[in-house]
Formats: sequence, C-alpha cells, structure tokens
Amino acid sequence: MIRDIALFLVYLVILFLVAKFFGGYMYKVFQQERTCLDRFLNPLANFIYRVTGIDAKKEMNWKEYAVALIWFHVFSFLAIFVTELVQGSLPFNPEEQGALSWDLALNTAVSFITNTNWQAYGGESTMSYFTQMTELTVHNFLSAATGLAVAMTLIRSLIRKSTSGIGNYWADMVRGTLWVLLPISILFSFVFVQQGVIQNLSPYVSITTVDGGSQTLAMGPVASQEVIKMLGTNGGGFFNVNSAHPFENPTALTNFMEMFLILLIPVSLLFTFGKMVRDSRQGHAILAAMTVLFVLFLSALYFSEYSGNPTISSLGVAAPTMMEGKEVRLGLGGSSLFSAVTTAASCGAVNSMLDSYTPIGGMIPMLQIMLSEVVFGGVGAGFYGMLSFVILTVFIVGLMVGRTPEYLGKKIESYEMKMVVLAILIPSFCILFGSAVASVTEAGVAAINNQGPHGLTEILYAYTSAAGNNGSAFAGLSANVPFYNLTLAVVMLLGRFGVILPMLAIAGSLAEKKISPNGAGTFQTHGVLFVALLCVIVLIVGALTFFPALALGPIVEQLQMLQGVLY
Amino acid sequence: MYKSMKNAFLLLLVMTIFTGVAYPLAVTAVSQIFFPDQANGSLIKKDNEVVGSLLIAQNFTSPGYFYARPSGAGDDGYDAANSAGTNLGPTSKKLMDSIQQQAADFRQANGLNAEAIVPADAVTSSGSGLDPDISIPNAVLQINRVARERGMSAEEVENVVKECSEHPLLGILGEEKANVLKMNLILDSIDGR
Repeated sequence: MIRDIALFLVYLVILFLVAKFFGGYMYKVFQQERTCLDRFLNPLANFIYRVTGIDAKKEMNWKEYAVALIWFHVFSFLAIFVTELVQGSLPFNPEEQGALSWDLALNTAVSFITNTNWQAYGGESTMSYFTQMTELTVHNFLSAATGLAVAMTLIRSLIRKSTSGIGNYWADMVRGTLWVLLPISILFSFVFVQQGVIQNLSPYVSITTVDGGSQTLAMGPVASQEVIKMLGTNGGGFFNVNSAHPFENPTALTNFMEMFLILLIPVSLLFTFGKMVRDSRQGHAILAAMTVLFVLFLSALYFSEYSGNPTISSLGVAAPTMMEGKEVRLGLGGSSLFSAVTTAASCGAVNSMLDSYTPIGGMIPMLQIMLSEVVFGGVGAGFYGMLSFVILTVFIVGLMVGRTPEYLGKKIESYEMKMVVLAILIPSFCILFGSAVASVTEAGVAAINNQGPHGLTEILYAYTSAAGNNGSAFAGLSANVPFYNLTLAVVMLLGRFGVILPMLAIAGSLAEKKISPNGAGTFQTHGVLFVALLCVIVLIVGALTFFPALALGPIVEQLQMLQGVLY
Repeated sequence: MYKSMKNAFLLLLVMTIFTGVAYPLAVTAVSQIFFPDQANGSLIKKDNEVVGSLLIAQNFTSPGYFYARPSGAGDDGYDAANSAGTNLGPTSKKLMDSIQQQAADFRQANGLNAEAIVPADAVTSSGSGLDPDISIPNAVLQINRVARERGMSAEEVENVVKECSEHPLLGILGEEKANVLKMNLILDSIDGR
C-alpha cells in the first residue's frame, strides 16, 4: 500500500515538472515563436502548405474555422470507413483480415474521428496492418491535433480584442501534429520497443509450446501506434485488451510512461494557457482544481480496490483479492492509477478490465467521464471542457454579487451562457437518454454480460464512454451488434461536435469583445476561493445529473457485494 | 467552401502519408535494426525451435511445470491471437464459482489442506488472458509439487524461483513477480528435458 501511494506521488511530481517545461514549449509552437525543431520542421510544414494550397497565415472567423474542421472530419470518416470495407484487397495484410460489417466499420470510423476510440472490435482478429497504420494511427494524431486546435482558439479569443479571427485551422493542425505530437511519438516508440513492445509487419507466429500445446502469437506494428494512442488521449488499442496486453504494455516502466503520456499534454496546456494570458496564476488555479478532484477520485478508486471483495475473501483467497482482470506485473496500484488517469483524460486505454473492478472502483472512472472529463481531460478537450465550467462558475458568482460576470476581462453574456449550457447538456442528455433506451429494448439488454445492477452499469458505461469520447468500456458488453454500433456512433458524434461547435462559437464571440480592465469589484479567478467554487460546481452539476442513475447501478451493487449477494 | 473542401482533402492525404506510412515504417525499420529481439516479440528458442514469447503466458498442464494464471483468452484460454479477460463482475455467481473451483484445484494440485489461503493471482484470470507472470507466494506454493514431479530437491527448485524473481524498479515501480515460462525453461535445462 505504501509503495502504491509512493507511486502515485512520484507520478504526479514527475508529470507536473515535465509539464511546466513542455507547456512553455507548446506556447512557442502556437504563438509561432522560434523553437529548437524549426530547422527540420519549417521546411516540412511549408512543403505541406504548398502541395495542399493552404494559406497558413489567413485568420479565420469561427464559422470558417468550423467549416474547415467539419470538411476535414467528413473526409477522415470516409477514409476510415472505406478502408475498413476494402482492407481485404489492400497490402500489409498477412493474416488476410476481410471486410468489416458496415455497422462496425461505421462505428469505428466515427469512433476514431471523434477521439473516442471505442473498440467494438478485437484489433488482432479484425484489422489489417494497413488499416491500423494508415487509418487508426493517423486519426490518433489528427483527432488529438483537432482537440488542441480548438483549445487554442479559445485561449486566443481571451487575449485578442475586437477581432473576428480566432486562428487558422490548417496551421493549428499542422503545427500541433508536427511540432507537438510527432517528435514525442518517435522518441517514445523506441523506448517502448526497447522495453518489449513489438514493432514488425510479420505474419502471426504459430508455435508448439514448451508443454506441447499450440499457440498463435499475434504480431504487428504496435509501438508506433501505442505512443500516440496515449499521447493523443485516444486509447484505441492495437489488441483487443488494449494496454493489458503484454505486447502493448510489457513492464511496469512502460505502464508508468503510458500514464505519463496520457496526461502530459492536458497538464502542459494549463501552463501554456497561463503564459498566453500573461498570468500564470490563471493556469495554476484551474490546475489546482483539477488536481484536487483527481486526488479525491483516485483515492476512492484505489481504496475500493484495495479493500476488495468479501465474497472472494470468504473462498479462502489472500488479500488484496481484486486480481480478476488485472495483470501481476502492473499490480493493484499500477492498475488503479492507470484507470483513474485514463478516465480523467478522455483517453480510454485500459490496462485492466474495469468490468471486474469493485462496483465503486468501476464507478469512479465512469463518474469522471460523466463530469465531462474536466479532471485534466483529453488533449484540448479537457481544457475547453473545464473552461465551460469556469465560465459557469463566474456566471453563478456574478449572479450572487449582482455584477455582469467577467473572465479575464471578457464579459460573459447570454450568448456565451447559452453555448456553455449546450456543451454541458448535450453529452449528459446522450448518456441518460441512450442508456434509458438501451435498457428497455431487447437488442440493448441482450448484449449484457453480467446480471443484476452490474448489467445496467455496463450499459450506462457504454453511453457515458461514447458521449465523453473516452472509449474505455465495461468490456463484457457485446457491443458489436447493429443496435449498439449505430446508437453509440450517434452519441459519439453528438458528444464531440455538440461540444466543439458551441466552444468555437464562444471563441468567436469572446474574440469580438473588448478586454475591460480589472476593477475593485472584479471576481478574481485565481486563489483558493475560486478553486473551491470551481470544484464544487463541477461536482454539483455532475451529482444532480447522474446520481439517480449511479444509485441504480454501482451504488446498489456495492451494497449488495458487501452483503454477499450474487447473480 | 470549395477551397476548404480541397484543402481538407489534400491535408488529410499528406498527413496520412506522414503519420500513417512514413512514421510507422521508419519506426519499424529502426526498431528492426536496433532492437530486433523485442520488436519481433521477445521470442524464445529451444533446440532451434521457437517455443514461445517471454511476454506471453502459455498453458502448462504437466505437474512438473509451474502453472500460469487462469486465462479467459479464446475458447480454451491462452489464445495469443484473441486476447481477452472474463469481464465477470464482483457480484457474478459465475465468477465466484470459477474462483472456488480454481482454488480447490490449486490446493489439490499442490497438496495444500482444504482451508489453505491461496494467492489471488492463482485463482483469477488476468486482464489480457496472457499474463506471463505469477506472484512470488503463488510460485512458492508450487515448489513442492514441481520438485516432487521432477525428482529434484525443493531447494533446487526454490533457487530457480529466486533466480527468476523480479523486484520493483527503484523500490516503487512494479511488483514482486516471477516469469512462468522462464522458470520452466530453466527447470528443463537443469534436468535435460
């Protein structure tokens, strides 16, 4: 236990130290200042702008930005969808994986353009190496770059005044990918391979085992996808069991690096934000609120797993009992921390099967997603998600003191509030409405793997994961059926673009406004009072929305588990 | 509208070539040159035949071998082309029945009494179904059986467990554990199987 707590502390310290440095680097990248990589990357970027006919200097208003973003995603969707249907006749397919069913192909294409990476498929039994490389790996990069781009428009809108320009989508995409995502991916790929993550294009290896059985070992270009899967908070594993697979996550060290990569950009972005608004306290305040919530959730999750399941103890099993669905090399601590990290961010990679956690241990990941993943959050998505709660907080404070609410000198008016409410309500509605429909239809209920309240949790988790663009799962749910493939695809789209578009609209509106000077009556958005208010508002909004659903699922199941009720 | 459509299409194409073709192929090439063993799956050979991967559990059923953890991968377990956990939940009767059965089997195989406390990892399936390791207490409880079946002394087998025991990196990263395949291969090399 002490070792696990030491692991958590070391993790947070290393993460924050590196993020402070990296946040400064990202500031330079997006302010177009000189960086150490310019010598290699500037020619590459200029080449890209030339062949694609992009004018990277042109400022876009929010509608132009949104149109560019939507076209890019339309083509991305088509590329993935078509490749999945014709992969049987494409190269790099030694296992001769055939076409996916149309509903699975559609679900997976939506899943990867929305940064969800929900896996209704088992990678090693479904996807060719061609599909994994040219579609799934690619959109791990591009959907993360899109999140980063949208976050940047919001920050710019806060520091600009009386303009309609919020940046250039193409330039943000290119710079985010080439300067931020690609260098780290290349670097860490090699570290991962050195540790034992595989990277080859060979056919699967069939062997006779030591004890005379036969076994087929799945192969593939895993490391290059593994790093960006984490760094981009994507989470779509090369293999069915994701980061629990020894070829994806072979050692405690790779486990640590994977967790580090998940939160690297989300945390760095707050330092970038502080630098861009020329007041690092603003970034620190939001980071503090996130950290408070994270420690709270991680503690609850870890304590629940550590306490274990009394029914298993009664069978004569030594504590800690919760090893079902967990790997020995990653342990209880490494698994609990990973699960808290991956759902704080919108990553959704898993290194242990959440379906087999204690009810509270499995509820915490779901709750973090329900709170719009604002505890650090996904690449970019966490930042703009948290900013909507920041705006909500200053609005509520404004109502209390009877002043027009302001954030960083920008007046928050009814238009911004409408957009914020949309961004918060759309995913919540998708989660509750989707789960309700699935739990009363035959197709929805047929897919569950566990009876009793746990079955409801499996359904609730699926829609939560889709709406939050997380991608982790209570994987017992047999989700590869048309009903789930289609409804979850709709929810993923709404959960992504139902937030991005209101956020771009807010950015467009804020950029037009003047910056009013800080007065004596201005509510300060740094300091302990603000941090506490922000935490409380995140928790209250989440609790009011989801408590009834959680009470019917994991909460009642926890009570039943303690009494030894079985289904 | 047409301009942004064209830009989007071409940018996607170029980015696909950079991040989907050049990047993975370059990483593959460099990995194959510098880390060929790891890049190809940490495969282990015995008498010039590949007999497994150090990272992937395989099924051991002969009593002279250390047993791996139970597996939910594929129909018969340990299917390294169909990784999977059982995904059974904490109030699942099926899971509790399975744990009870595994515990009874483990006690019987290793000559323990019917009330003996067994390590959790010995009676639960891993997340991947391919967990190559077992905990040290799990290995220790199997020593007597393995030694008896091989006609070796318990001390000899214990030394193999000690040799294969891995400790947390810097005291915090990772768990105390032993690799099952590695232990079994060393045992085979000792008594020439």
